[in-house]
Amino acid sequence: MRNLLFFISKYYVFFLFFALEISSFVIIYRFNNYQKASFVNYTTGVTSSFYTTVSNTQQYFNLRHVNDSLQMENARLHSQLITSYYQNQFTPKMVNDTIYKQQYEFIPASVVNNSVTKRNNYITLNRGRLHGIEPEMGVISESGIVGIVMSVSEHYCTVLSLLNNNCKISAKIKKNGAFGSLVWDGSDPRYAKLLDVNKHVPIASNDEIITSNYSTIFPEGIPIGRIFSHSLDAGDNFHTIKIELNTDFGNISSVYIIRNLMKNEQKNIESTIKN
Amino acid sequence: MILEIFTYLLRFALILLIQLLVVNNIELSSYVNPYIYISFILLLPVTVKPWHVVAISFLVGAVMDAFSSTPGLHIAAANFMGFIRIHYLKATTTKEDIEGRISPTLSQKGVVWFVFYCLMMTLIHHTILFFLEIYGFQEFFATLTRIVMSSLVTVMLILLGQLVFFRSKQKNG
Repeated sequence: MRNLLFFISKYYVFFLFFALEISSFVIIYRFNNYQKASFVNYTTGVTSSFYTTVSNTQQYFNLRHVNDSLQMENARLHSQLITSYYQNQFTPKMVNDTIYKQQYEFIPASVVNNSVTKRNNYITLNRGRLHGIEPEMGVISESGIVGIVMSVSEHYCTVLSLLNNNCKISAKIKKNGAFGSLVWDGSDPRYAKLLDVNKHVPIASNDEIITSNYSTIFPEGIPIGRIFSHSLDAGDNFHTIKIELNTDFGNISSVYIIRNLMKNEQKNIESTIKN
Repeated sequence: MILEIFTYLLRFALILLIQLLVVNNIELSSYVNPYIYISFILLLPVTVKPWHVVAISFLVGAVMDAFSSTPGLHIAAANFMGFIRIHYLKATTTKEDIEGRISPTLSQKGVVWFVFYCLMMTLIHHTILFFLEIYGFQEFFATLTRIVMSSLVTVMLILLGQLVFFRSKQKNG
């Protein structure tokens, strides 16, 4: 026993180091799965208010760009208004809520903190539990998808950016509906990869990529990007597709969080199948 | 003593602000993510007790983790680097260094020694950090490139910081 105590006291620095290192690995292991990642809950309160101050300052310099993009979006929405359509045909007008039930709700939010150059990037938004935000809600910008809500605190939420190793989004090619999963390879924030598209599917450059209807996070048909280049290696069963993303991740300031009002219903019925 | 602690806290706050507001916004490429906050650990005086260095590294990593929404990555990397630093300094400092209570800085130890010291520590830190970030050995060579490029930029920024902030001491000494 005395020898043991002597041994420990002689190498106490090493033991302290070892204990701290182990604790850090426990933290990493426990919070690595992004669905369980609530680490940020403990820290968001303090750090986010810091980032809010920073982003308030930065937003001021960004106003011109924000104005431009809002103007663009306004123009696009105006063109979709019923008043800008010429009615060509008489159709019986249906006003019945049982036919069109709202499934998705959009909550505007602004970006408090963002990064694009790390391997795993996260975005902080200024909406939280008070505004009804929950983990696993989708986030889009006016031009395309941005990411998935990862953890929520009282006033803030962190978003797993599409530019993250843990982010995998179900996507499809608009032209023929072929499915694949969208991942980021960590090299350039303007491009991502579409995996698992079978080689018999005909594809071409500039084909549009949109979100698929397989996920409960994003509505179908949200634009993601366009095929930038594609190749098929000999002996490979899947296309290698490089996608140019619509969203300019270095420059997002206002986004929308998507709430799927029927998500619980879908999840419930899917869980009964598994059991 | 209290004044000294206060000075170091102030220095840490300054380094952290530079890291978060300036260095984190350098968007050269996704292969360059310099982390200069480790210079706080690197520049602690040689006389600081070993277990203090380990504890300080842990805390510095925890603060950095909180600000970058990464669970435990910076703790693991900074803590390991702090531990290696103890042994590296034990092997490379002289009796006069310890008696003079110096900090291992550019002006005190010379360019070659300092650059090599920074490079070794930064490589250790970045290796652990970036491999834990990807959490596996997929994209091995991309991660390796990221480590080397980021380390070089980190060392350059630390050297730059030495030239800017520690110049006055060099004149006196």
